Amino acid sequence: MTSITSRISKAALTAAVALSTAATAAVAQFPERPITLMVAYGAGGATDFQARIVTMMAAKEDKKGNPVYLNGQPVVILNRPGAGGQVGWNRFVQRGKTDGYELAAYNVPHFIAQSIVFPGKVKYNIDNLEPIANWGADPAVLIVNKDSPFNSVKDVVDYAKANPGKLTLSGAGLYVGHHIANLQFDKAAGVETKYVPAGGGVKALQFVLGGQTMAGFNNLSDAYRSRDRLKILAVADLQRNDFLPDVPTFKEAGLDVDDSSVNFRGVMARKGTPDDVIAVLADKVPAMFKDKKVIGKMKEGGSPMRVMTRSEVQAMWKERQDYLGELLKELRKP
Amino acid sequence: MEFIQYFAEVFTPVNLLILVFGTIGGLLLGATPGLSPTMAVALLIPFTFQMEPAASLIMLGAVYTSTVAGGAVSGILVNIPGAPANIATIMDGHPMANQGRATEALHYCFISSLIGGVIGVVLLIFFTPMLAQLALRFGPAELFWISIFGITIIASLGGGSILKGLIAGGVGLWLSTIGYNPVLGEERFVFTEHLAGGIHVIAALIGLFAIPQVLSLVASSGSSLGKAKYAELRSHSVVKSFVYNVRRIKALTIGTVVGSIVGVIPGAGGQIAGLVAYDQTKKMSKDPSRFGKGEPDGVIAAESANNAMVGPSLVPLLTLGIPGSPTAAVLLGGLLINGLFPGPDLFTVHGAVTWTFINSLLVGQVLMMVFGLMIARYSVFVTRIPNHVMAAAVIVLAIFGTYSVQNSISDVIVMLVLGTLMYFAARVGFSAAPLVLGLILGQLTETNFLQGRLIAGDDAWSYFLDGPINKIVIGLCVLSIAYSIFNERKQILRRRREAAA
Repeated sequence: MTSITSRISKAALTAAVALSTAATAAVAQFPERPITLMVAYGAGGATDFQARIVTMMAAKEDKKGNPVYLNGQPVVILNRPGAGGQVGWNRFVQRGKTDGYELAAYNVPHFIAQSIVFPGKVKYNIDNLEPIANWGADPAVLIVNKDSPFNSVKDVVDYAKANPGKLTLSGAGLYVGHHIANLQFDKAAGVETKYVPAGGGVKALQFVLGGQTMAGFNNLSDAYRSRDRLKILAVADLQRNDFLPDVPTFKEAGLDVDDSSVNFRGVMARKGTPDDVIAVLADKVPAMFKDKKVIGKMKEGGSPMRVMTRSEVQAMWKERQDYLGELLKELRKP
Repeated sequence: MEFIQYFAEVFTPVNLLILVFGTIGGLLLGATPGLSPTMAVALLIPFTFQMEPAASLIMLGAVYTSTVAGGAVSGILVNIPGAPANIATIMDGHPMANQGRATEALHYCFISSLIGGVIGVVLLIFFTPMLAQLALRFGPAELFWISIFGITIIASLGGGSILKGLIAGGVGLWLSTIGYNPVLGEERFVFTEHLAGGIHVIAALIGLFAIPQVLSLVASSGSSLGKAKYAELRSHSVVKSFVYNVRRIKALTIGTVVGSIVGVIPGAGGQIAGLVAYDQTKKMSKDPSRFGKGEPDGVIAAESANNAMVGPSLVPLLTLGIPGSPTAAVLLGGLLINGLFPGPDLFTVHGAVTWTFINSLLVGQVLMMVFGLMIARYSVFVTRIPNHVMAAAVIVLAIFGTYSVQNSISDVIVMLVLGTLMYFAARVGFSAAPLVLGLILGQLTETNFLQGRLIAGDDAWSYFLDGPINKIVIGLCVLSIAYSIFNERKQILRRRREAAA
C-alpha cells in the first residue's frame, strides 16, 4: 500500500517538477520574438516620440552577446490613433493577445478619466488592464502670455472671481491632464472658468502665445521649452520641479490642487496575461527604461522621466481611479 | 548672410549622400498613395536616433520637400493624388496625361516645385522674425474664415456643374462630422465601430480617387485587355518645358505667394495652398474654361504653391515651436530628439546645425527637380501598363496605403465603401475633389468655430468679425462668392445667346 502511494506521489512529483521546469524554461526564453507596443496616438506625437525612445534599447546585448533586457528582442511601435485614444485602447482590451507579445502604452489620467466619463462606449478600465512599468511623468503647469497682466496664481483667481465665466484657459483636450487640472483649479478656487480644448498640447500652447486665450494648462516640458515667451505661474504637482525650481506648486500658491493631473506614461498588458510573463516584463522593462542611452535621449528631448515599478503603478492607478471618479461624477455620459 | 558660411556643411560626403537618398526616397514615398509627407517624416524619426543632429535634420527636410512633390506623380499619371496637397495638381495634370502630355505635365510639376520651394526657403532665411509674428495672429476666428474661404471655392472645382459641386462639397462637410468630436467630447453618426475614429482624410482621398479609377479600368478592359487608355505619349524636351514654365509668371507668382502665406498660417497645410492657388489662377486667367481640361497653368500654380509652403511652414516651428503644417508638427519631434529646442537659440547657439539644415532644404529642392525630371522620362512605362495590371497594382497600393496610415482595417473598409459609392456618383457627373475638400475643410471649419465660440462667450459677433485679418478674409469670401455668381450668370447668358443664334 505504502509503496503504491509513494510510487504515485513520486510520479506526481516528477511530473510536477517536469512541468515547472518547462514553465520556467518557457519564461526564461520569453520573449522569443519581437514585442508590439500599441500607442493610441499618432506617429510623431509626444507619447509616440517617447515610446520610441524608451524602447530603443530593448534588443540590447552586452559585450559577450548576452541579452540584457528583453532577451535580445526589439519592441515595435504600432500606432492606432483615434478619438483621443479610445479607438486604440478599446481595440487593445477587446482583441489584444494575452501572451505578453502585445502590449500598449497608457496615458494617465486620460484612459482612467475616459473610462469614468464614457462607461458605455469605453471598454477599458483599470480592472481589465495590467500595468507593467511607468517611464514618464509630465506635470501640468498654469501658463500665461509674457505680456499678460497676471503675475501670480492669485491674480488669475482674482480675475476669475470678479468675472465669472470670462477667464479662458486652453488645454490639449477633454479628459486629459490639463482638463483635470482646470477642473481642480475651478473647484479649489471656487470659480467658474472656460476651458478650451485646443486639439493637441502644442496647439494649446499656441493659443496662449498668440493671446487667443488668457491662460492655459500645458505640459511642464513644453512650457519649459517656451519659458522665455511665457510666464509659468504654478506647477500642479506635490513638489517643485527640477526644471523650474522657482515656480511654486499650487499648494504653495494657496490652492488645493494636487498631482492628480500629472500625465503619466507607461506600458501595460491585457488582463489574462500569465503571471510569470508579467513578472518577467515587470522586472526587465523598468531596467530598460533606466538604460543610460534612454535617459540621455529623454533628457536631450526635454521629456521628464519617472520610472515606476509595477506595484507602484498599481497603487497610482487605484488612487487616480478613486479621486477622478469623485471629480468627474457630474460629467458622466452613460 | 550668416547662412552662406554653412553651405560647405551640406556638401560633406555623408550629408550629401543622405540628402540624395532622402530626396529619391521621398519622391518614391510621395508617389505612393497613403504615404503622405507627414507619415513619411514620422516613419523616419526613429532612424535619426543614432545620427548626427545635422544629418538627421537633413534627411527629414529632404523627405519633407520631395514627398510633397512626389505626390504629384501618381496624381498626374493615374489620377490618384499621393497626398491631400496634390488634389489641385491632378485637375489639369491628369487630363494632360490623358492627352499624351504626361512627361510635359511632370516637367511643369517639378520645375514649379523647385521655383516655389526655393522662394519659400529664401523667405524662411530672410524674413523669419517678421513672419513668426504674423503666424501668432491666426487664432480660431481667422482660421474659421480661411476655411470658409476654402469652402466658397470648392463648388467650382468639379469642372462640371456648380450645383453638383455644391452637393458633393456638402456631402464632404457632413462626412467630416462623423466620429468623435474632440471639442464637444461627443460621438456623432457612429452606427458601427468602424466609424468610431471618424473618416480619415487619407482613407477618403484614396477611396474616392483610386477605387473609381480601378473600377473603370476593369470595366474598360473587358473587351480588349491592355487597350491603351492614354493618347500616344509625346516626348517633350526639358529645355522647352523649362522655357515655357518660367514664362508662366502669373501662375508661378500666384502659386508662390499663396503657398508662402498659407505656409505661415499654423494648421492650414498644403492642401489649402494648392487649392487656393489653383482657383485664383483659374479666376485670373483670360480663359478659365481651359482649366480642368489639361491647362499647364493649373499644374504650375498648384505645385509651386504646395512646395512654396514648405519653407514658411518651418518659420513658426523654428522660432516658436508652433508647426505651420501637420508635417512640420512631426518635424518638431525630430528637432527635440536632437536637443534642438525651438527659439532664438536655434539660430545662435545651434546656428551651425540650423543653418546647415536650412541650406540643405535649398540644395534639396534642386536635387528634387533633377531626380523628378529623371522620373518623368520613365513615366512612359506607367502609361504603357495594360489596364488589368494597372487595376491590380492600384488596388493593392490603395489597400496597403490606407491600412498603413493608422494600422486600421476600419479605414480600409471606409475607403472601399466610399470609393464604390463614388464610382456610381461619378457616372452621373459628380467629382471627387469637392468631396475630399469638404471633408478636410469641414473639420477645420467646425473645430475653429467651436473653439472660437468658447473663447468669445457673449461677444461672438465682435470676436469673429473684428480684427484686420478677419476683415480681409471675409472680404475675400464675399468676392469669391460674388465672382462665382457673376461667372455663372455670364455663362448662362452666353449659352442662351448661342441657343438663340
